[in-house]
Amino acid sequence: MTMAREAVIVGAGDVPLEDGKVVGGGSVLQVQARAAKAALDDARLSMGDVDGLLVAGLWGVPGPGILPSVTLGEYLGIIPRFADTTNIGGSAFEAHVAHAAMAIEKGYCDVALIVYGSTQRSERSRTLGGRPSVLTMQFENVWGIPQPVGGYAMAARRHMHEFGTTEEQLAEIAVATRAWASLNPAATMRDLITIDDVMTSTPIADPLKRLDCCLVTDGAGAIVMTTAENARAHGAKAIHLRGYGEAHTHWSIGAMPDLPRLTAAEIASRNAFEMAGISHDAVDIVECYDSFTITVLMTLEALGFCKPGEGGAFVAGQRTAPGGAFPLNTNGGGLSYCHPGMYGMFLLIEAVRQLRGEAGDRQVSGVNTALVHGTGGTLSSGATVILANN
Amino acid sequence: MSDTYEKPRPVIDDGTRPFWDAAREHRLSIPHCRSCGQSHFYPRELCPHCHSDDLEWSDVSGKGEIYSFTVARKPAGPVFADDVPYVIAMIALDEGPRMLTNIVTPDVEQVAIGDRVTVRYDDVAPDLTLPKFTLDKD
Repeated sequence: MTMAREAVIVGAGDVPLEDGKVVGGGSVLQVQARAAKAALDDARLSMGDVDGLLVAGLWGVPGPGILPSVTLGEYLGIIPRFADTTNIGGSAFEAHVAHAAMAIEKGYCDVALIVYGSTQRSERSRTLGGRPSVLTMQFENVWGIPQPVGGYAMAARRHMHEFGTTEEQLAEIAVATRAWASLNPAATMRDLITIDDVMTSTPIADPLKRLDCCLVTDGAGAIVMTTAENARAHGAKAIHLRGYGEAHTHWSIGAMPDLPRLTAAEIASRNAFEMAGISHDAVDIVECYDSFTITVLMTLEALGFCKPGEGGAFVAGQRTAPGGAFPLNTNGGGLSYCHPGMYGMFLLIEAVRQLRGEAGDRQVSGVNTALVHGTGGTLSSGATVILANN
Repeated sequence: MSDTYEKPRPVIDDGTRPFWDAAREHRLSIPHCRSCGQSHFYPRELCPHCHSDDLEWSDVSGKGEIYSFTVARKPAGPVFADDVPYVIAMIALDEGPRMLTNIVTPDVEQVAIGDRVTVRYDDVAPDLTLPKFTLDKD
């Protein structure tokens, strides 16, 4: 009788950024190759070992990005026997970790590479103008809704209406996240800010202001997974996957089931906690998608760290800042570290670094269990992974 | 009415044409399910509530209330720049479904969740009418 295969994370890598741009420049394929190499070096594995490739992105469309894993496999010079291009938005990479684990445990591959890259800042390709008005989008774009901030703004407005949440409470999240970024040399925005700075920043889509919104940067990152047995054989530090879950509810904001309630995150995290068999008290740090401040507030409620409607009180008084009771988004998040379009990859990388004790000045002490939750689309999708270092 | 309308136009398809055709005739028409009795929007081939295909187009009252909204202080691209600030709202129609639209009002600062609204057809081009809404309190 053989032991069941356990999938573990053994590598995490990214590319250096300066002022939100990839240092030394590079095409979106080059930056992904660099990130992949960094993660494989970290895992003490080589590109030739990779037989599973998981990719999601916004690059090369129309063009080779239509088949992203096929294109990237070709570019990297590998022949995957397992591929997954699930794209549910910025949460795709949390889903990829789960999908890679299932593939590794079933024996469909031995070494899985999950990779993402974007050069949107250097290309100045990001606009508020949204997407072509075809199919479902014909009922969104014609109204001039700034994408995606307009949908998040309407969720924030409804949350304020139903629960009394205030703009100052949302600002607490931006201030705390910036404090974490001040400890991260790679972060794009490192100067400390105040609640008043957030409140008086440029209005974008009421009630969201500039400092409620994530950055627009470049970035590339990668995660490597293999079996626990292979990790031991290579002397790699294994991070264990205790639980995962995913769900998506809508893309059109008009089709969101309940605007102030993140249903996808409720489902994803419930499944992840059940699989992990742990309670919320056992989680030492949370890395959750912060496309906007309201995203964080709704996610904390949906994950069950506080009750629906109590997110504002939960984050008040800088409880999520360095030294606070609830360490959250410890790299400075999409709000202040980087946000290259689909940010979920960087949540995973930070969780791995915190679990290994490699996070430098921002290292949280005694981190054994981390919860990572990605949100994609317009509050559309959610994917949770619970990671542990023991 | 201008035939040089530069803002995004819906790319109308077979599944959505009845809605846009009705709008040109200044009617608001959405699918109604004969199986479960619920209406839905945007239009689908199967009822999103009970998944029946027994659907019919049904004219609705054009009345509802604001479920949520945002005031765009930055435009969704240069073609909307002259409109700033403008209101994008999610209306809960009296018949149930929600739809995204614009609120046409002289004072964007007075818009509030719960405000009663009524449809107002904006013939933006000879072949395109957008169902927008006005505040009953205006």
